[in-house]
Amino acid sequence: MKNKIVPFLVFFFFIFIFFVFYKSLNQTNIYTPNVNLNKNIPEFEAKIFKSNESFSSKDFMLNEYYLINIWASWCAPCRLEHKYLLELNDINSLKMIGINYKDLKLNAENFLNDLGNPYDLILSDDNGKLSINWGAYGVPETFIVFNNKIVKKYTGPLNEINVQEIRKILSQ
Amino acid sequence: MLPSVIGKYSLIFGFLISFPIFYYSFIDYKKSGNLNTKIISFSFLQLLFILISFISLIISFVISDFSNETVFNNSHTTKPLFYKIAGTWGNHEGSLLLWLLVLTLFVFIFLLTSKKQIKSYRILTTIFQQIIIFGFFVFVIKTSNPFSHIFPDPNEGLGLNPILQDPALAIHPPILYLGYVGASIIFSSALSATVLNYISSSWASHIKAWTYISWIFLTLGILLGSIWAYYELGWGGFWFWDPVENVSLMPWLALTTLIHCLIVLEKRTLLKSWVIILSITTFTLSMSGTFLVRSGILNSVHTFANDPERGIFILLFLFSLIILSLVIFFFFNKNQDKITSNFFWLSKDTSLLINNWFMMYFLSVVLIGTLYPIFLDVISSEKISVGPPFYHKLIAPFLLFFLVAMAIGPKLSWIKSKFVEKFSLISFFGISLLLSSYLVFKLNIDFLINTLLLSTAFFLFLITFKDFFINKTKNISQKISHFGFALFILSVLLNNFLSSEIVTNLKVGESYDDGKVKIYLEKVEKFKKQNYESVIGYFDITDQKNKTEKFKPELRIYNQPVIITSEADIKTNLFYDKFLVINVVQNQNYFNLRYQFKPLMSWIWISVLIISMGGLTNLLYSRNEK
Amino acid sequence: MKKILIFLLLINISTAHGEIQNDKLKIEITKNLRCLICQGQSVYDSDSEFANSLKLVVEDKLNEGMEEEEIYIFLKEKYGNWILYDPELSKNTYILWILPLLLFLFGGAIIIRKLNLKKN
Repeated sequence: MKNKIVPFLVFFFFIFIFFVFYKSLNQTNIYTPNVNLNKNIPEFEAKIFKSNESFSSKDFMLNEYYLINIWASWCAPCRLEHKYLLELNDINSLKMIGINYKDLKLNAENFLNDLGNPYDLILSDDNGKLSINWGAYGVPETFIVFNNKIVKKYTGPLNEINVQEIRKILSQ
Repeated sequence: MLPSVIGKYSLIFGFLISFPIFYYSFIDYKKSGNLNTKIISFSFLQLLFILISFISLIISFVISDFSNETVFNNSHTTKPLFYKIAGTWGNHEGSLLLWLLVLTLFVFIFLLTSKKQIKSYRILTTIFQQIIIFGFFVFVIKTSNPFSHIFPDPNEGLGLNPILQDPALAIHPPILYLGYVGASIIFSSALSATVLNYISSSWASHIKAWTYISWIFLTLGILLGSIWAYYELGWGGFWFWDPVENVSLMPWLALTTLIHCLIVLEKRTLLKSWVIILSITTFTLSMSGTFLVRSGILNSVHTFANDPERGIFILLFLFSLIILSLVIFFFFNKNQDKITSNFFWLSKDTSLLINNWFMMYFLSVVLIGTLYPIFLDVISSEKISVGPPFYHKLIAPFLLFFLVAMAIGPKLSWIKSKFVEKFSLISFFGISLLLSSYLVFKLNIDFLINTLLLSTAFFLFLITFKDFFINKTKNISQKISHFGFALFILSVLLNNFLSSEIVTNLKVGESYDDGKVKIYLEKVEKFKKQNYESVIGYFDITDQKNKTEKFKPELRIYNQPVIITSEADIKTNLFYDKFLVINVVQNQNYFNLRYQFKPLMSWIWISVLIISMGGLTNLLYSRNEK
Repeated sequence: MKKILIFLLLINISTAHGEIQNDKLKIEITKNLRCLICQGQSVYDSDSEFANSLKLVVEDKLNEGMEEEEIYIFLKEKYGNWILYDPELSKNTYILWILPLLLFLFGGAIIIRKLNLKKN
């Protein structure tokens, strides 16, 4: 009897492993950390793009929707998503804040002159620390903020579907 | 174009040959008399077709035939010839063709060299091997065909990843596959021998050569991969416990254990079940490696194209083989080890058993570390990383005992041992302990674990070195390999303790000076090469002895696809490596550089060569083994 | 006056020592962090933008007086457990750490049993 148990256990073990691998094949492997949903926005203070003033997390107003977009002139996908940002600019109730990531002022200005400036406010992140505070790891990334909480996060360039999602969130 | 067409049909013909091979094998199995030579002829024919197919693929790469989808995806007209050729096996489809080539080659050689063995064993081995070959044919033809046609013919290819354009990496796959796929013969042979109840001392003697061949190639293949990582990837390391690295290490661990078990089986007719299981495990791990690397469920530097469909196929294929082997093992294996009348704890048998125990533990650590994130993700959608700290923490303490056991084990005799060398063993251990504590103390690093590790490594090193002078040619291959291993552990530890690194930013004309090392960036030049733009920094580095050397690390900006790679300038000698890498800093006019001083780096490579040489010695001179 | 000088000197030495400690700690910590945009490199080894920024953040936190564990907690909150190479002992990872050890003990038990059987 005992000698029958071992083979059965072994077989079941391998069948189990098979199903785990099978399931894992059907999952995507691009990791998007979901940790930031409904988390509070980070405490920070940052310099505004062309002035010496600063903007801090305390300056976020309640009952207002904010869109935070991390971008750079040297980032190719940022160019692709830019038109969607300009589209979202139509929404008056959405305040758009851009975080210019590790960029030269001149290049950033040229970028905005060429493609248009959708931002109500631009912050400078010369060393990348601000973006890390937000939990981003690349460019572009976009956050929707409401009542000091991160409501939605997009990693990578925005697309049509994302824009529709954002409009939906805002209309609630 | 023509080569592609020839390759395609050759591949299909090779596949069709499976049928006569199966047919004649089944018929001849029960018959008496000599092996039907048709089986050998058809095996040769199958090998020939694959060879033609493979050569056709090479030619397609060389002539840049972009109507072939594989060539289109992986080559470019501006690529140098050598890398066009190497590009053949540097991609998924081509590498599978290489698998098939080695599978068919080895079974053919097996048939030729096993003439003294009993016929049913030879045929059954061929059948099992042919099952594997058949599976691979179906996989290649259906999901990974290297000869698929695209229309219209593109003018230019998508280019190969420039990181792969390196000599060490060009020969790394073939060598590694000879190891991986070589294990297929061991697998087929072990299954065959189990069915026929032929697991015995004489079978062990016969299969030994195959295990050594597979093992030597696997060792060298892993070595080449590490050398490539060190020279090409620019971070100065050679092993990162990356999943794909682990996946090559696991069959190696199983195969090394198998070699030790075969020694026991040959001498003492023990450990039969171990041998069967390890034979199955080694090849299974090789194939699992294939699955993991190509299926997209792993996140790593090395992964091939991610394609779940291929993953599913390999998964089914792999598990069919596993189920088949398990069925055979449980059904046919009646091997209980003979209960010997005299048994003593202190003997070579026991120490080999302990060896197996520890090796299987190390294997399980690597296996669990590699697979656990996948399991966790599927079961609970949590994503974690398992990196070097995990492996170091679980392996280091056990390595201590393992090294000591390695020093003592080979000295014991079979069955019973009188512990004659007690005195020298203890004194060597004492010396090692003293030396290590002193060194660790001076270096001001974590005392306990490092002293222990270093002591046991020194101990093994001294013992294995001394062993060369006793009974000079007896067990020479074991002495060589064990010495190589001791040297390896020692080099890795000392290199780890004694290495230093400087990270800083410099503009042209600036210097860095910390009292010990002075680094001066003299100038930066740009060149245009065949398929990339080159930026070279010219550095003068002055060491503590006021000796100045010139370094020229390079940045390469490739055009197809657009990738920037960093080519370190490494100055190597027997005692240390000096390693300099530069990097661009976004939007700035200075460069970031990393300078590493790495003692004993060469000895890490040399020691692995020595380990494999031990195996080679055994192949060539197996008379004096005991 | 002399006392002030000695005091300043001592502070200088201790901050310098503190800096060296922080440097060593920074290396240790960044070796344990995964570069999230690289294909299998630690933040320490990587020169990507993300890695470089993260190194600055770690340095800042160390200078603020954060302990190694606190920095890990901070980063895990932002990026998830995935960013750490050393899988910390938690309900998710008990099996990971314990299983190899269990197997080792299990193997040992089997061996001892077999050897005892042989002896008798």
